[in-house]
Amino acid sequence: MLNSLFILNTSGDVILEKHWKSVIHRSICDYFFDAQKRASSPEDVPPVISTPHHYLVSVYHNQVYFVAVTTLEAPPLMVIEFLHRVVDTFKEYFDECSDSSIKDNYVIVFELLDEMLDNGFPLATESNILQELIKPPNFFRNISNQVTGKTNVSETLPTGQLSNIPWRRAGVKYTNNESYFDVVEEIDAIIDKQGSTVFSEIQGYIDCCCKLSGMPDLTMTFMNPRLLDDVSFHPCVRFKRWENERLLSFVPPDGNFRLLSYHIGSQSMVAIPMYVRHSIVLKDGTGGKIDLTVGPKQSMGKILEDVIVEVPMPKSVQNCNLSASQGKYSFDPTTKVLTWDVGKIELGKPPTLRGSVSVNTTAGAGSVEQPTINVRFKINQLAVSGLKVNRLDMYGEKYKPFKGVKYLTKAGRFQIRT
Amino acid sequence: MGRGWVFHQDNDPKHACKLVKKWFQIKKVSIVKRPAQSPDLSHIQQLQDEDPNQLIRASALRVLSSIRVAMIAPIMMLAIKESVRDMSPYVRKVAAHAIPKLYALDPDQKGELVDAIDFLLADKTTLVIGSAVYAFEEICPERIDLIHKHYRKLCQVMADVDEWGQVMIINLMTRYARTQFTDPNLGEMDSEKEETFFSSDEESDDEGDSDDSAKKRKAQQKKKKEKESKPKPYLMDPDLRMLLKNTKPLLQSRNSSVVLAVAQLYYHLAPRNEISVIAKALVRLLRGHREVQSVVLMNIATISAKKRNMFEPFLKSFFIRSSDPTHIKLLKLEVLTNLATQTNIQMILREFQTYVYTHDKELTVAAIEAIGRCAVNIKEVTDVCLSGLVALMASKNEIVVAQSVVVIKRLLQIQPSAHKDIIMSMTKLIDTVKVPGARASIVWLIGEYCQTVPLIAPDVLRKMAKTFVQEEDVVKLQILNMAVKLLLTNREQSLPLVQYVFQLAKYDQSYDLRDRARFLRNLVMPQQENRLTQFAAKMFLTPKPAPVLESTFKDRDQFQLGTLSHYLNQRCAGYSDLPHFPEVAPDGKVRDVAGFGIPVPNEKSSAPQAASAASTRHSSKKSKKAETFYSDDESEGEKESEEASSGSESSSEEEESEESEEGSEESDDEEEEESSAESSEEDEDEDDEEEESSEEEPPKKPPPKSATSKKERKVEPTNKPSLDLLLDLDFGAPSGGNSSAQPPLSTGPTLLPSAAGSVSSAPKAPTLSKSYEVIHTAPAQFVPKRSSELLNKVAGQGLSVDYRFTRSPSLFSNKMCAIELRFENHSAIPFESIKLVDKKLPVGLSVSGFDDSVALAPGKSVSVMLGVDFADTTQDAVLSVEVSQSDESGPRRLTLTIQAPVGEQLEPVLLSQQQFKAEQSKLSGLNETSGKFKSSIAIDDVKAIVAKVYDLANVIQVEGIDSADKICFSGRTLSNKALLLITFSKTGEELKLAVNCEKMVIGSMLFKHIKQSLAV
Repeated sequence: MLNSLFILNTSGDVILEKHWKSVIHRSICDYFFDAQKRASSPEDVPPVISTPHHYLVSVYHNQVYFVAVTTLEAPPLMVIEFLHRVVDTFKEYFDECSDSSIKDNYVIVFELLDEMLDNGFPLATESNILQELIKPPNFFRNISNQVTGKTNVSETLPTGQLSNIPWRRAGVKYTNNESYFDVVEEIDAIIDKQGSTVFSEIQGYIDCCCKLSGMPDLTMTFMNPRLLDDVSFHPCVRFKRWENERLLSFVPPDGNFRLLSYHIGSQSMVAIPMYVRHSIVLKDGTGGKIDLTVGPKQSMGKILEDVIVEVPMPKSVQNCNLSASQGKYSFDPTTKVLTWDVGKIELGKPPTLRGSVSVNTTAGAGSVEQPTINVRFKINQLAVSGLKVNRLDMYGEKYKPFKGVKYLTKAGRFQIRT
Repeated sequence: MGRGWVFHQDNDPKHACKLVKKWFQIKKVSIVKRPAQSPDLSHIQQLQDEDPNQLIRASALRVLSSIRVAMIAPIMMLAIKESVRDMSPYVRKVAAHAIPKLYALDPDQKGELVDAIDFLLADKTTLVIGSAVYAFEEICPERIDLIHKHYRKLCQVMADVDEWGQVMIINLMTRYARTQFTDPNLGEMDSEKEETFFSSDEESDDEGDSDDSAKKRKAQQKKKKEKESKPKPYLMDPDLRMLLKNTKPLLQSRNSSVVLAVAQLYYHLAPRNEISVIAKALVRLLRGHREVQSVVLMNIATISAKKRNMFEPFLKSFFIRSSDPTHIKLLKLEVLTNLATQTNIQMILREFQTYVYTHDKELTVAAIEAIGRCAVNIKEVTDVCLSGLVALMASKNEIVVAQSVVVIKRLLQIQPSAHKDIIMSMTKLIDTVKVPGARASIVWLIGEYCQTVPLIAPDVLRKMAKTFVQEEDVVKLQILNMAVKLLLTNREQSLPLVQYVFQLAKYDQSYDLRDRARFLRNLVMPQQENRLTQFAAKMFLTPKPAPVLESTFKDRDQFQLGTLSHYLNQRCAGYSDLPHFPEVAPDGKVRDVAGFGIPVPNEKSSAPQAASAASTRHSSKKSKKAETFYSDDESEGEKESEEASSGSESSSEEEESEESEEGSEESDDEEEEESSAESSEEDEDEDDEEEESSEEEPPKKPPPKSATSKKERKVEPTNKPSLDLLLDLDFGAPSGGNSSAQPPLSTGPTLLPSAAGSVSSAPKAPTLSKSYEVIHTAPAQFVPKRSSELLNKVAGQGLSVDYRFTRSPSLFSNKMCAIELRFENHSAIPFESIKLVDKKLPVGLSVSGFDDSVALAPGKSVSVMLGVDFADTTQDAVLSVEVSQSDESGPRRLTLTIQAPVGEQLEPVLLSQQQFKAEQSKLSGLNETSGKFKSSIAIDDVKAIVAKVYDLANVIQVEGIDSADKICFSGRTLSNKALLLITFSKTGEELKLAVNCEKMVIGSMLFKHIKQSLAV
């Protein structure tokens, strides 16, 4: 499937190359750099590029490109999915997957890639198995390795690979047995000029942090499982029981994982918890005026927190001179993004941002396009779809674990057209 | 010290001493021993033989196979051959991975490698299968014949294979099914045409771009259709149905590539009405990373070009956000355009309008283009679109103007006459528009329709002649074109201008233009007599066909969805076309393997699972029997080990479950309910065996061997933690060719997702066996002779069908209710065959038996046995029976609806008086239905009451009830084995009836039945 993998950064350096079959010269990356030059933003590089003899499949994450090279037909999505799995693994090991974190941990990166792929085909991609094979770096281990000359390669044998539940390692022991579940819902919406909702849907997921000893078998039931009609599960969830009884039964992996993600489509109505009143007038030459007001709407008695309004301004805008009744605003003249950090929206007077904008006269004789407004917010202790966990039972182990469920609603791709 | 390092023992005394050797062992250093006698032996092979740890054996093989030196290929071959027969599945998995490596090194070994793959495919552990299929795809994807006997197994275990293996298997299955089954949409060709009536152009393109073979195929199909007056209803091969059924849950996978693989499988294989299930899953993927979005959108665009109504409900999910990367925006736009229909066009156009005013230039251009396409495809909105586009021409943004001019030009070609004013307004634009493409379009348009605007056309030519030198090449060419056309229509006004333009063109820099000018001049203004000149008008002024605006994704359809070739729209190295469905399906018998019977179509939920488990058990027993007949020592030994392994595993399961029981005692009641609601393979199995041995001769008597093995099972409780057990086990040595005869999950994957049934109820198994271990079923006390009519002889045109509940244990499964169907032929014509063809069952129900067709002579009758699992409900089992008579009338379909009264869904169980009391006290409260009524029979007439109850329900009277005025009966439901108790007691003149059952519905219904028949 994969012949080679190149890790590149946006400035055009090859940070790392790894070959599973014969060596492919790194000049192959020139094709990729060409495509990168042509693209207007790093996001815009096409994920699959065809060259005379090779095919380049790439993934972009945090200023780093992962470019896989294959010579033969292979399902592109499989390669992409695998590369994202690599990114996720790096994130788990080094907290972030970036240029510098890879450079700092070359050895571990190579070790990981060696285990994740065998002859170009995925071998062990479960993080539990990998952590058994290669210990994640931490400060103390780094020091002791320096002193003793050891590596992070684990000395015990990775028995997890052999079991039928590859996602859980064996012999887990904790003094405090606890499991936390975060029900997070993201609202995706497009709101048009008049303030009516063009499109809205909910993307939800349940992230877990399970620190339970032994082999616990958990069962989670929901108050209203009917809400979840479009779900995807972690492989540990027993699908048949979900189909028949609408409950989640699973042996959890150790540590953090995403238990399920669900999607509540645009067919059902979604309550939009906030509104933005806007009047943005950008006129060529004379400058323009901005007037933004944000406020809560249908927020079910909860308070909107961490509200951030972002307006990517057109290129011709030079500077903004505004005043905010609450929070701070900033305008980045290079990226042309106006950011207004509102913070918490209390009941009472809704926060406003007013002022004038100076527009470059020379840029284009035509009209200035209207920007779109992106909004981010957070509502604690609320799942906007109404999903509720009913109870969580544990079988298979004797101790009583500590259980906790947290709800959170966030703005996903929340966009207001002006 | 690196893992995977292998050290070579040099037999130096200080390395060979006991102390150091022990240290090696503790530190898990892998040491290649050097044999003192024959140092030329392959070291690696020794390692393989001798190292007791499977992980080290596996690592050694990985290291060995990764050495890319052609010299060691023979050694590698030896190692692989050895490892595919290794006891550990992990080593076998690594061996499967090593096969492509060796093949890359030395392709000559292919023959032997294919043998190894064949062997690995027969493996029954899910760990190995994914990798085996990977090796198969890499080395011999053309050897489809190897798959036949593993097909059903692959379908069944698919859910448990790791995600990368799943993708491989699904892709393989798609190809396999394309060669083995007939097209499921054959019979529906007509309906398809009706379906897409509003897009006739699509249909014609369809045929246009499909290649020759497809055309031939279609022609043949048409011929066939003509031959058959009635199109034969398509009957899906049960194997294909099984594949579709087993892949469907994978749409829920978290791995997007698995989801897409299933989607393409459905797209290529499923009948048209089932494909739509993939839409929701694909739309869900759109929330993923941008790369995933891009690939998925590409596939959606292809699908939506062909099957638009699939994605229509998700239209809004394709609306564009300004934050999307440009290539995603363009793909979404493409999908939106494909999805546009009369009903949603307003909404889509409104969206397009907003896209026109974004600051993304590419999107603006594409959006205007898309508006044009909608205008062409949907006739109703053409005018609206056109006026919208004309309004756009007034925009300040030059790109918008230019692009709308180009699009309008195309639209006008479709209906030119009515739009004189638009052409006029476009003429005005010629002074302002700068983009060459737009200018060229305007000039062309005026030239083409110079007769509609006879006044302005020469003037435009004048203007253009003035600026000719500064124009771009495209514009110049169009000016020449216009000049010629004007000359032909309006010679006197334009001749000098035309000559001037030709003169300019003669000295142009572009040779193409000079060429063109020379050619045109000679054609229209010949120096000497030229025969062609008279045809000039015909050449230049013929009406031009309007361009067809269509999706650029049409032609991508030739590639299999989800492949690299499809994404790039070019044939990639190593891509092989998806084969077309065969005309006639090859014989399905090749897939028949002992242990994997033909799957019952429409089976669902857990009930049939148990049934299939039961059947596999039977067949495995059979195979065991066969082995003992022709046994040689080797197979004997293997079998022993297998049995031991499965035995100890099941004991480990029991262990585990016991632990859990202790942990959660207070929720016992719940559990019991759950466990009864579920069918677990494992404990069902045991129940079965116990019953069979205790009952009077069952038809298939288990060989004595199984009885002993059962004992072993019970004797072998171990106190090791369950996981250790799993690890230390030898996982059942692969037993040569016939290993596929064992059930696929027999290695006891306690925690696999698909084996949910067995796992979830495992904790409850002991409680069950505790309470029921002493309960034995009894033969039916009374078998009612009455039979009910299922089909009248009039309705059946001479065939009548009766059914009767025999109250005997069903042959097919102990959860099934045995039903005797009696067919009687009242007509004069013999029935050639009567067979069961279709079962429309509600969820949870299943039917077996009546697999063969029966023939029926006139006046004769025949009885067949049927097992129906009603799942303790009173739902109807609807069966379709196809009968064909020997006259010409052809096969007919008859529908039979079988309904079982609750009383027949019971089986009698023997309970002692104490047990009865204990059970009754447990089943109090909500589980009890009781009431008083006046009996029509004398209260004291015990016999009459008993007879009445026996007639209604298959229960047995409990012996030895101490109080004289109590009559008790016991039984349990067939499907869920829930205990049911009936108690009559005298209270004065009235009779008190109480029915206790966990299944409250069953209890209350039975109560009603009895009351009805007994009350006055």
